Amino acid sequence: MTEVQSYYGRPVLKEPTWTWEVPTYFFSGGVAGASSVLSLSAKLFGNEELSRRALYVGAAADVVSPMLLISDLGRPERFHHMLRVFKVTSPMNVGAWVLFVNGGASTTAALLELLGILRPLKLLAELVSFLFGPPLATYTGVLVADTAIPVWHEARQELPWLFGASAAASAGAAACVFCPPAHAAPARRLAVGGVVAEGLLMHAMELRLGETGEVYHRGTAGKLSSAARALSAGGALLLARGGRRRRSAAVLGGVLVCAGELCLRFAVHHAGKQSARDPKYVVKPQRERANRDGTRATIRTA
Amino acid sequence: MSTLLQQLPDGHESYGDERQPRVGFFTDTSVCIGCKACEVACKEWNLIPQDGQEWTGHSYDNTGELNANTWRHVAFIEQEKPLRTNGDGTTALRWLMESDVCKHCTHAACLDVCPTGALFRTEYGTVVVQEDICNGCGYCVPACPFGVLDKRKLPSADSLVKQEDGRVWKCTLCYDRLKSGHEPACAKACPTQSIQFGPLDELRARADERLAKLESEGWNGAQLYLRDPDDGIGGAGAFFLLLDEPEVYGLPPDPVVTTKHLGSMWRNMARAAVVVTIAIVGACARD
Repeated sequence: MTEVQSYYGRPVLKEPTWTWEVPTYFFSGGVAGASSVLSLSAKLFGNEELSRRALYVGAAADVVSPMLLISDLGRPERFHHMLRVFKVTSPMNVGAWVLFVNGGASTTAALLELLGILRPLKLLAELVSFLFGPPLATYTGVLVADTAIPVWHEARQELPWLFGASAAASAGAAACVFCPPAHAAPARRLAVGGVVAEGLLMHAMELRLGETGEVYHRGTAGKLSSAARALSAGGALLLARGGRRRRSAAVLGGVLVCAGELCLRFAVHHAGKQSARDPKYVVKPQRERANRDGTRATIRTA
Repeated sequence: MSTLLQQLPDGHESYGDERQPRVGFFTDTSVCIGCKACEVACKEWNLIPQDGQEWTGHSYDNTGELNANTWRHVAFIEQEKPLRTNGDGTTALRWLMESDVCKHCTHAACLDVCPTGALFRTEYGTVVVQEDICNGCGYCVPACPFGVLDKRKLPSADSLVKQEDGRVWKCTLCYDRLKSGHEPACAKACPTQSIQFGPLDELRARADERLAKLESEGWNGAQLYLRDPDDGIGGAGAFFLLLDEPEVYGLPPDPVVTTKHLGSMWRNMARAAVVVTIAIVGACARD
């Protein structure tokens, strides 16, 4: 057992300063990204009803997303500074570009659909949005993993997959809310499959994290991840059992899954804050690694 | 280091003829007397706003931490440990003091993840935030393995008006003073040469000598922290001589720059993105 020393129990790291807008954006960006793919895929297989609804849902999420991000900035009027450079070492910068392109494409496509004009341009916009959708749905996993926060960084293998599954589930669920059940079969499959995949990934992530992952069972993050599990499992069950026949079940199930996915993003957000707050999550793994493998961070002999 | 990091040009190299020798701090905590002149000089020179007075009860430390409004922080640790290992074994109270500061890492996570380019590598090899570019996204805050950066919120002037700066701030290694040939304010003010400023090569050589001396005198726990260019951050521009493990001073014992793993994170994300696409197309194909 490694004895954990600290400076008066004070945190080694700073807690992320991000407020509610950021985890909400993780959700809305996921909906936007996965809806872009759903919309064009549905069209490809002749399901115009679903395609159109997914297009509108995605475009709406793409409009909300930058507003959330800008509102979280300390200097919102400088939001465009995000696009003054292109930096692959900054997942936030790459994400800003991806959101910019995906949002531009999907809102253009939705507007043209609404007006019923310029079909070739609309198709091109949908194709661009289809290509940028999956990165938009998954990059946020890299965004949080690329930090010093132990519960995020050590889960770097799982987080993009977890966020991708969550995005697929929420895009499917959102489509179930707005699409008549007769046309919503792919959306239901997506919602249910996404929830199942996400449950497995969450489990895999906690297995890898070990003690670092205990924040998912403590405090706010613990409550949120329980809520996420209950809401998304309940919603998925409702969609699977009644979503085909009853519109009411489809709407309620879709709303529940979306609420669960939103809770999941907030659970990850708060887990990060809790992980930064307690110095043991930073010191203990590093001390154990240093004792086991040696470290170049300290030199004892001249 | 990851291939991604190796392929990127070292920011310092990119200055060409304008490049200056890399400078930094060697903070020798064995001679620190805890006067906090560094904290005061830093606040004065850099016009840092006050951030309230709080009595912590943690020895003489009422500053607490490095943050947006504190770029030098003196830590105080009282412990029952012998000062020397070659003594008679009696344990007396030992009072450790350490003036902490931004490490100006060789591989700086804050600089890597900054989405606006507000954080940059200067011609002196230091890491500085451009206050006219920073939009307060806060990404550097959790990226720093030392918890140095933070967003600045000014205390309200009156209760009705919420004044907020909103940007992140940290030690600039007195970039403005360097440009006019002066040493940083904290080093200038330090009365015991606990804070030594100079070209990094010289400081490293001086630190090695100092460690050898303390070792020969049998000082308990003497160690150099972040002096080695092969550590997880590529060595620091501001490194330390400590008298106990780093975590005792609130420093991480084996920090690694998070972007070391960014290449594999991007590849992993690409795989996830492809699988999500296939899954969604597949869900539609069964219709």
